[in-house]
Amino acid sequence: MIVKLLSGDLPRSRVLTVLLLIILFGLLFAPFLFPGTRSLDTAARICIFIVLVASYDLLLGYTGVVSFAHTMFFGIGAYGTALALVNMGNTYAALALGTVSGALVAGAFAFVIALFSLRVKAIFFAMMTLAVASAFLVLVSQLSGITGGEDGLSYRIPREMTPAFKLIKEKVLGVRINGKLITYYAVFFSSLCLFLALLRMVNSPFGRVLQAIRENAFRAEAIGYKVVRYRSVATVLSAVLAALAGSLMAVWLRYTGPATTLSMDIMVDILLMVVIGGMGSMYGAVIGVVLFLLTQSYLQNLLGILGENVEHLPLIAGVVSPERWLLWLGILFICSIYWFPKGVTGRLRGV
Amino acid sequence: MSESVIKPRIERPALSQRLAQKMPLLLVPALMLIGLFAMGSGSTWLTLTAAGLAMGMMIFIMASGLTVVFGLMDVINFGHGAFISLGAFAGFTILGLLSAWIESPSVALNLGAVLLAVAFAMLVTGVAGYGFERLIVKPVYGQHLKQILVTMGGLVVIQQLIYVVWGPDEIVLARPTAFQGSFVVFEAAIEKYRVLAIVIGMALFGGMWLVLNKTRVGLLVRAGVQNREMVEALGYPITKLFLLVFMAGCALAGLGGVMWGIYQETITAHMGAEVMISVFIVVIIGGLGSVEGCFIGALLVGLLTNYTGFLVPKLSLISTILLMGVVLMWRPQGLYPVVKAH
Repeated sequence: MIVKLLSGDLPRSRVLTVLLLIILFGLLFAPFLFPGTRSLDTAARICIFIVLVASYDLLLGYTGVVSFAHTMFFGIGAYGTALALVNMGNTYAALALGTVSGALVAGAFAFVIALFSLRVKAIFFAMMTLAVASAFLVLVSQLSGITGGEDGLSYRIPREMTPAFKLIKEKVLGVRINGKLITYYAVFFSSLCLFLALLRMVNSPFGRVLQAIRENAFRAEAIGYKVVRYRSVATVLSAVLAALAGSLMAVWLRYTGPATTLSMDIMVDILLMVVIGGMGSMYGAVIGVVLFLLTQSYLQNLLGILGENVEHLPLIAGVVSPERWLLWLGILFICSIYWFPKGVTGRLRGV
Repeated sequence: MSESVIKPRIERPALSQRLAQKMPLLLVPALMLIGLFAMGSGSTWLTLTAAGLAMGMMIFIMASGLTVVFGLMDVINFGHGAFISLGAFAGFTILGLLSAWIESPSVALNLGAVLLAVAFAMLVTGVAGYGFERLIVKPVYGQHLKQILVTMGGLVVIQQLIYVVWGPDEIVLARPTAFQGSFVVFEAAIEKYRVLAIVIGMALFGGMWLVLNKTRVGLLVRAGVQNREMVEALGYPITKLFLLVFMAGCALAGLGGVMWGIYQETITAHMGAEVMISVFIVVIIGGLGSVEGCFIGALLVGLLTNYTGFLVPKLSLISTILLMGVVLMWRPQGLYPVVKAH
């Protein structure tokens, strides 16, 4: 049963299995284990980012295509849901319509970009997606009449998903069973399903062809697989999944703006998560996301302590100041590309 | 053995073919004409055209290094933007030290300060480029995927280092006195600094053309872009040559960064990454590896941005993307494809 759910792709490492189980149960019981709005928010963010990063890994790790437009698709999904909720009111129909149309638009967009640039070198695709995604970001910020511009959109979601809605009067294990909790579990189970679907995809014959293309596109073409077609399909699929993750984000935050969905900073974060976690393995995405989001908060504390000890050395104090956590992650990122191209997951699997 | 020497016969392509090759040259004047008709007002058009050319020149300065580096070693540096920012910060440091010079009304002192700033910025970015090539790019020659990722990591690290050295805030500095204000020509106001940018850009393009076409190093670079293995086989150290070109490209990014910074009067660590979007569009339009294509592409993007910025302000960046799409439909490899993109 479990093997079937995981599509036969087991973690293949004891440490990795334990880590993944801890993460799974941590997220499943997050509202009870770590009470408080902030930690629940972190847990939901982890769920959503796992889908986002895993869908990016489908493209980067499995197909060997570098795209910088992943946040654009994430944003299209988020804005699709947000716009539907703003314009049609807080109904489930709006939610569904927004999510589906967001995913469709993202898929169509990805298809057009793929048509234009996938026939040529990987570098071309990377530059093209970077340019298009940045232009999209600027466009969204400027069309303030529709998208709310830099301020973004705030909206109401169906009443059953808001903290005001109480399912049971009494607390369970000290936690109020309200709409927020329902939303969290909706996010959690949607993310889990999407993740398992991705796992299914990469372990199907289709996924094997993608890996063959990554290893040697020329040979794959010679065997008879249409490389461009497979790459395009992978691009579209990963865009659709990113858009769905965006819809989850839109529902969870009840706010959608350029900074939370479209910004290039998020794109860099996704890259760091994929590479540090391990390219070419869906579990790498899980590990990468958790590691990154935890480091983001704890590395800052660590650097703060370090910084207090070297206050008298101005330049060194600057390097270890808590705001410079991204510097250290960047260095880790470069090192992991050189020495652990399969990331943490690859190390644990002993590849 | 006969005495006659067998001469290679190189056929001249037909006139129509040669004209077709030169077609992209017509794009810039054509765009200017369209702009004139769309605007309907001569003085507005002149102001915007000067602004567009100045912007195009600055983008060209930043993009030219990138495209040659790509042509030579098949390396694209996604961290190029970091050198733009680095150059701007280094240059502004000098300008900050020489504040007495830039505030004085004397043109000579102003120009001197700008030149010193440019020289320092180019030195810093050139040296940084050396380190970047050795540490970051060299281990991943020939592996595109890793190259893109690792140079992107380099971008993040350099941006963060800029924060460490210069602090997290943006730096604001007024333009040197002599370059504030504008000339009035035919009732059109043309900012003085833009004229300077156009002059420097033209000089650089001319200089580059001379170096590439009239010197031995230029010959080797052009040959390397066409066929690296052959140049290597003939015994020339292509990796050394590449290092040189890479450093020059970074220094040019630094120069562009200072000029862009003085133009905007504000610099941030992210400014390079923001300009890089236009730079990438220009490089794609021009054709990877081609300096001429890059020049034409830069002018087109500069002009189009300014025209649409006036006519339909919200679409200025999108318009360059559309331009890229149109060019790629016409010539899928860019205007002057030197390197085969397949």
